[in-house]
Amino acid sequence: MQNGFNRRSLMLGAAALPMAAAAPAFAQQATITGAGASFPRPVYERWGQAAREALNITLNYQSIGSGGGINQITNRTVDFGATDAPLPAAQLAERNLVQFPTVMGSVVLIVNLPGVADNALKLTSEILVDLFAGRITRWNDPRIVEANREIRIPNLPVSPVYRADASGTTFVFTTYLSRISEAWRTGPGAATSVQWPVGNGARGNEGVANAVRNTPGAIGYTENAYATVNRLVTTQLRNKSGRFVQPTLATFQAAASLADWNKPGLAADLVDLSGDDVWPIVSPTFILLPTNPVADRVEGSRNTMRFFDWTMRTGGDAARRLEYIPLPEAVQGLVRASWSAVRDPSGRPITFA
Amino acid sequence: MSDTSLPQASAPPATRRTIGSAGDTLFEWLCRGAGLFVLLLLGAIILTLFIGGLPAFREFGLQFLWSSDWNPVEGRESYGALVPMLGTIVTSILAIMLGVPVAFGIAFFLTELAPQWVRRPVGTAIELLAAVPSIIFGMWGLFVLVPFVQNYIQLPFGETLGALPIVGVIFDSNNFAGTSIFAAAMVLAIMILPFIAATMRDVFNQVPPVYKESAYGLGATRWEVMKGVVLPYTRISVVGGIMLGLGRALGETMAVTFVIGNANRMASSIFDPSTTIASVVAMEFPESLMGSLKQSSLLALGFLLFFISFVVLAVSRWLLRSRLK
Repeated sequence: MQNGFNRRSLMLGAAALPMAAAAPAFAQQATITGAGASFPRPVYERWGQAAREALNITLNYQSIGSGGGINQITNRTVDFGATDAPLPAAQLAERNLVQFPTVMGSVVLIVNLPGVADNALKLTSEILVDLFAGRITRWNDPRIVEANREIRIPNLPVSPVYRADASGTTFVFTTYLSRISEAWRTGPGAATSVQWPVGNGARGNEGVANAVRNTPGAIGYTENAYATVNRLVTTQLRNKSGRFVQPTLATFQAAASLADWNKPGLAADLVDLSGDDVWPIVSPTFILLPTNPVADRVEGSRNTMRFFDWTMRTGGDAARRLEYIPLPEAVQGLVRASWSAVRDPSGRPITFA
Repeated sequence: MSDTSLPQASAPPATRRTIGSAGDTLFEWLCRGAGLFVLLLLGAIILTLFIGGLPAFREFGLQFLWSSDWNPVEGRESYGALVPMLGTIVTSILAIMLGVPVAFGIAFFLTELAPQWVRRPVGTAIELLAAVPSIIFGMWGLFVLVPFVQNYIQLPFGETLGALPIVGVIFDSNNFAGTSIFAAAMVLAIMILPFIAATMRDVFNQVPPVYKESAYGLGATRWEVMKGVVLPYTRISVVGGIMLGLGRALGETMAVTFVIGNANRMASSIFDPSTTIASVVAMEFPESLMGSLKQSSLLALGFLLFFISFVVLAVSRWLLRSRLK
């Protein structure tokens, strides 16, 4: 019985196969390959799944890190590279690349303090820097108590947790620390990995989330989506205007709306902006596209532009569900305009519409 | 078969012999080629690492070996191998100190004490431990061993021993995350245990029974036989086995990365976080730009690790040479 059933379903499958192959939808399926940043990986994957049906484009995205993405696109082994830290204009010109943003993401602080509720702890920029610089070593430090009169904070030693692997998240977070503290700027500085004065390193956003969950007294930073998914206890921060703000989509969007995009490579800087409801650690993430693709890669470049044109038009909700911030309408126009720099080997702009 | 042995059929065997010898020569050269290929590959890897690391060696000179700096921030890049090198060597030696006594106990038990029917299953279980993938040890280490080390070893022992004069600083730490050099050493000890135990058991079994029986005949106890007959007879092979374990501990990456805390700064206590060469390379390599000083420094670190492991394995081979026929 079992055997006969299997054989019949197999025959049915075999009969269906030529029909499927003949259907135009399958014949035109194009593949684009990209590599780079892990910060936007969740949203790129979501978009990639949707584009398979809607655009007949299969996205093959490998989150090997921004540095790897830059290496791969410079060698032209992929259709596009992805990076969190924008490349300076000189480097873009040298590598014949055009750079544009796709979404904005935010970095949040997570803590493990038994009895302290989500978004209850208030941190000023001075306290935050001193926690990660090792100048505050216990949670009952008078300055923390002073800023948090209404909650009880357990008297635990402070265990800072940072990303052990070099990452765009670290770049954004240390850029913020360098903005708010001169001592941090001249000390550890801002980069994808820095010399942390104290604390333990964990691998990836997931690793930081786990380390914080397992260690009472720990404080770490992570991409917002990971904190949301793992239901971690986040904190408030005091922004440049002196207001304590909670990490919510509203405060992220407040930061996004103040960004100045008229920069080379559309490298808007959203870290530590002034504004009442602005979350201070927000950053765009970028795509790198060759301006001079070889003949074989022209279709890949065209499909990459089609893909990101489509995500700008229809991918906003998917991004918001993952708590990323889509690009404002005006910026989308700037992105499309920047694509005119992409030329095929005969020098004509590659059309994507 | 029978006609080749006939002396009068000289012509056909002669041609057959030439065909045969051609095949022999071909086979010989294929095998020689395979052997040489491995050597060439090894040389090529060392050369690649060295050439890749050359810019770093040139930039920092010998300072690369002694500097504890690891600063990838643009504009003030400075790299030194001291912290990861020390981390690698200290965790490996601590792992040997923790693992060897237990491995010796296992080997002693399996060769001298255990009844025959126990020897095989326990021996097999030890060998199976060697087949557990290192990532499993890493996860187990992070979720089980790290909290254990923190709550039951660092807090009670660290506080007490930390009060001792001079040596106290080795145990006194204000790292409360649990991920530390000591946790990494414990994970490594468990990982290298099967290698050392299996080698020890095999060499203990090679001691000619007549020596042991003579000692027993003179009224020696089991421990006296072990101390006076078995260990002196196998001393060099035992050391060779330990070196083999050390070789594995030096290069272990994932399990160590999970539990060591990945802090590229000088640790004063065994309960402080640190890092190893293998984990620095694994963590930082994907984000390093091609041709950058950082990538070159990482390749230089790889070269140093290769060199250290090579020396350790060469020494172990040399010590084991009498037992490896």
